[in-house]
Amino acid sequence: MEQALLKINHLHKTYGDQVILKDFNLEVNKGEVVVIIGPSGCGKSTLLRCINALEDIQGGEVLLDNEPVRKENKNISKMRQKIGMVFQSYDLFPHKTILENILLAPLKVQKRNRAEAEKEALELLTKVGLADRRDDYPRQLSGGQKQRVAIVRALCMHPEILLLDEITAALDPEMVREVLEVVLSLARAGSTMLIVTHEMAFAKAIADRILFLDNGEIVEESNQPKDFFKQPVTDRAKAFLKTFDYE
Amino acid sequence: MDWDTMISYLPLYKDALLLTLKTGWQGVLLAFMIGVLCAVITHLKVPVLRQITGIYIELFRNTPLLVQLFFLYFALPKIGIRISAQLCGSLGLGLLGGAYMTETFRSGLENIAPIQSASAQSLGMNGLQTFRYVILPQAVSSSVPGLLANVIFLLKETSVFSTISLMDLMFTAKDLIGMYAKTIECLTLLVIFYLIMLLPVSILGSIIERRLRHAEFGN
Repeated sequence: MEQALLKINHLHKTYGDQVILKDFNLEVNKGEVVVIIGPSGCGKSTLLRCINALEDIQGGEVLLDNEPVRKENKNISKMRQKIGMVFQSYDLFPHKTILENILLAPLKVQKRNRAEAEKEALELLTKVGLADRRDDYPRQLSGGQKQRVAIVRALCMHPEILLLDEITAALDPEMVREVLEVVLSLARAGSTMLIVTHEMAFAKAIADRILFLDNGEIVEESNQPKDFFKQPVTDRAKAFLKTFDYE
Repeated sequence: MDWDTMISYLPLYKDALLLTLKTGWQGVLLAFMIGVLCAVITHLKVPVLRQITGIYIELFRNTPLLVQLFFLYFALPKIGIRISAQLCGSLGLGLLGGAYMTETFRSGLENIAPIQSASAQSLGMNGLQTFRYVILPQAVSSSVPGLLANVIFLLKETSVFSTISLMDLMFTAKDLIGMYAKTIECLTLLVIFYLIMLLPVSILGSIIERRLRHAEFGN
């Protein structure tokens, strides 16, 4: 049997008295695209932040390649390099140009050769159609363009898995597509991804596996996304999907 | 207005301006260094040092510069520490300014959205790299308006130096008025010389501010 790339065992996360994730278990295989959907506040984003230890956790463990990802561990920076993350809000560094944004971590963290890293950055920028914006500052770009740069910035670190946290939620509707196209092409190229989204059509198109989360636990899980969207099994998933219908 | 008298006073004012500038800028430079150091200590919540920094800030922000200078100039010699009037001026100004600069830098550091460090960390940067490449540059540029206001404030505060017989602009004007009673002429010259000292700082400040606009957040 194939060894899972990412393993989450009995993850427990609370904010004070409030339980966000309880005894959460998940395995993601190499090359798999797992999409997480669910109502606001169900713990989706917190889950992603726990995976690369941006949040303290109160129990359980996160393993990548069987190595623990823990905030307190010495190798945390090394582990985080293997986990790419793109956030909902535009999180580019405003004081750096597009190219500098992408190159900062490869040069300073991975100590890569500038010419080689720059070549790769430009190739990736060309793929997302932004090579001509390399010397612009983030504020000169639209939301959709910034998100594409953020994806490139994460990819340039050669992560083993990408975490996408509602990356289109803050975008104008007409910008959503250009960002999702990029993600779709990554999926086709075999990237391992864990995606939190509110774009149901996109979820249906990209997911190998879909997880419906509510109140910090997996309520429904399906390896057949199309069936899930047509005919969810649980009442909670039915009620949730109904909120997206206007018939 | 007695123009000839004013012209004859010019060399005296010029010397006073140079002295004021020298002492003032030494103080500003010291204030800047203290400010960066203390703001980083406060921001990183370094134990013990952070409490000391807190006491220092409250002590110097809530006492007049005049009192601080008197302490340095008249009280310290009583316990055997004797320093020149000029050093007293720079030191006093630096200590007072340091407290203000700390607060300005600290608010610059705090104004940076937490997502900035989260995204730096998610790229594998450690705490030091995150601070050095992502947080600090943004904090410095967002503090620039406040820092410049501090610089102008501190350079104006130099007028208190006259009380410890430092021959700055204020001292020179008062001295000349006392001797020759050309009050209007002396005070007019005083205003002009303060403007000569401070207008360039203001103008330079707005140029720097405009050039730093790129560091603004979002759209």
